[in-house]
Amino acid sequence: MTGALWELFFQGVWITVQLMVYSAALAAAVAFGIGMARTSRFWIVRFLSGTYMEIFRGTSALVLMFWLFFALPLLGWQLAGVWAGTLALGLSYGAYGSEVVRGALQAVAPAQREAAIALSFSPWQRMRKVILPQAVPEMLPPFNNLLIELLKCTALASLLSIGELTFQAKLARLSTGQSAQVYGIILVLYFVIAFAVTRIMRLLERRAKASVGRAPEPSAGRLFRKPSAAGREALTTGGGRP
Amino acid sequence: MNTWSWGYVGDILPDLLKGLWITVQATLYGSLVSFALGLVWALALRSPSRRLTWPVSIVVEFIRNTPLLVQLFFLFFVLPGWGLTFPPLATGVIGLGLHYSTFTAEVYRAGIDGVPAGQWEAATALSLPRRRTWSAVILPQAFRRVVPVLGNYVIAMFKDTPMLAAITVGDMLFQANSISAATFDYMEPITVVGVLFIVISYPTSLLLRALERRLVR
Repeated sequence: MTGALWELFFQGVWITVQLMVYSAALAAAVAFGIGMARTSRFWIVRFLSGTYMEIFRGTSALVLMFWLFFALPLLGWQLAGVWAGTLALGLSYGAYGSEVVRGALQAVAPAQREAAIALSFSPWQRMRKVILPQAVPEMLPPFNNLLIELLKCTALASLLSIGELTFQAKLARLSTGQSAQVYGIILVLYFVIAFAVTRIMRLLERRAKASVGRAPEPSAGRLFRKPSAAGREALTTGGGRP
Repeated sequence: MNTWSWGYVGDILPDLLKGLWITVQATLYGSLVSFALGLVWALALRSPSRRLTWPVSIVVEFIRNTPLLVQLFFLFFVLPGWGLTFPPLATGVIGLGLHYSTFTAEVYRAGIDGVPAGQWEAATALSLPRRRTWSAVILPQAFRRVVPVLGNYVIAMFKDTPMLAAITVGDMLFQANSISAATFDYMEPITVVGVLFIVISYPTSLLLRALERRLVR
């Protein structure tokens, strides 16, 4: 492994992190939008947001990515590879996240909502000042799991020839021929990124829980995941409860 | 700007269905591997010896937190160098099974831990032997919790099979790509593949939700 190769890998890590951050931002916007719409009073809003969720959870993120990259240009919109990747990951993980948001919103004690109504808060104030501050801390652990899944899915973007980590590994393999070393190294790099992401999310969770006067769930003492793969359940179309 | 052609869809459908068969095979065999291997991880992690649980939990966390696609590349490019040559589909099944076994291990663990402590105590009070405690008391109750969740992972795995196209397995996405490369028309093949995924995974998930309502009470 020469210095040039390491430089290649670190460029890849940088693009992977960018891809993850952009798609996570899009996914968060979609998740909150769709998740709140799923608790709407109007059936048509609930129906449309439910349909979005089922469609984007029902299909494969890779197929969606290929569709945006190869088929959409035939309709007249040519997307750069990075945007096709970001859009595909953001839209599908937004659908997974919307289920987390909906669950957390519905888990807020009904009395809180009633109290806000009694204080004649407007619906928007109610959401912003009463419901969300209590729901968000509950969302963070499952969001952590989804973020790791999203990080793992950024590897798919290499199939659109985006220069992220997996793609750089392919280049490195072609130039050195040392498959075991190259793929071994990038697996470790992915693991390190996942570890960092988990640490940051745990920190955010602790802060969010402290802000509503609750203690964080104790860590399970495993390497870094909580034992309940709760967020991962939302990944599957059934959305089964653990 | 081209328009949607149903005639073209009719022409490519047989090839895509051939790919679907491969996809289904990969999912079925992959799930079997993950169910079996997950049980091995789960039992190893319950062992009282830390010398066993430490390495196993490190391996499981490592596999779970790294991308399946890279693991597939690793198996596909590295194993032949070690003298282990498999056909692409077998490599894909090993990759899928190994990756998902780290999730099924967690499902088994949650299922077994979900059995109330009173059941263990009752089995002890009846002085059932260890084997009977597991086979007649714990596992039948854990089974009800575990089955619907495992089903969800099968659906998740089904949606991950297009990754196998990257290691030259002739699944649906691979077929769609090779058709499109020949005709330069990507719209119909990829759209049909996407729709087929929804058409299969959504009803299956509805079935699983119904099953879950029946089993988990």
